[in-house]
Amino acid sequence: MHPYLQSAIGGVCIGIAALWLMASLGRIMGVSGIAASAIAAEKDSAWRWAFLAALVIGGALFAWLLNVQGKPVASLGVLTVAGLLVGVGTVLGSGCTSGHGVCGIARMSMRSMVATVVFMGTGAITVAVLNAIGARA
Amino acid sequence: MKIIAAAISGLLFAFGLVLSGMTDPNKVQSFLDFGGIASGRWDPSLAFVMGGALLVTLPGFAWLRARGRRIEMQRGVKRTPLFDAHFDWPVTKSINAQLIMGSALFGIGWGLSGYCPEPAISLGVSGGISLLTFLVAMGVGMWVARRIRTQ
Repeated sequence: MHPYLQSAIGGVCIGIAALWLMASLGRIMGVSGIAASAIAAEKDSAWRWAFLAALVIGGALFAWLLNVQGKPVASLGVLTVAGLLVGVGTVLGSGCTSGHGVCGIARMSMRSMVATVVFMGTGAITVAVLNAIGARA
Repeated sequence: MKIIAAAISGLLFAFGLVLSGMTDPNKVQSFLDFGGIASGRWDPSLAFVMGGALLVTLPGFAWLRARGRRIEMQRGVKRTPLFDAHFDWPVTKSINAQLIMGSALFGIGWGLSGYCPEPAISLGVSGGISLLTFLVAMGVGMWVARRIRTQ
């Protein structure tokens, strides 16, 4: 299968997952929001932990079944800084690639479109800088 | 039922992520490498993933909302999701400094590591010390930010 087609089919699965979560529980499938609320022990978070657990178990299972590997591209120090930025940024920005990028754009939310353009923009600038200083693996 | 419904969504999401190749941080960085478009080193995969997802969510969400409105108008009853009391559609509309600032910071972290929260969490167990480091830092960042943000 052509890799782009495979990516698109994977995307369709992600879309179905988002649509199902809205149809069944009335919730936006925003992974950063679900994770942040679960960590903060918001009430009625059992479904959030179930979603996250399924994501972890499914991720390990399917990566094994499909023999997919993803090697980290950054050192532990850089990953720590990146993790902090992603954590702080997704909470302040109220979403990430799933909540804004997939669900928000589908709702035609101007807020989500702006957020998506901004994080793709700064992500692109960051990669350009990494390229320029020869720091990309 | 709520727990089973959420788990089905998580499993489907994980399958989509792995199948689409988005669990490989190098693929994500290669998408963000727009400078590589001319030289052919750009990898548009992530655009196909988002496109595939929107192919479902764009018409799907519109259908859910239109159906809910229609039923409310015709029968005067509030339309609910299958296993919960109400649809929790986001209502915030304001495009403010916090949204821009937060998204900008997220993008930098995403570009640096090639991880957004989805693949990082889904690979959490199998990804070894690197991913655990990222996840712990992400959790700390989320916890701190929830204390400082304004609604």
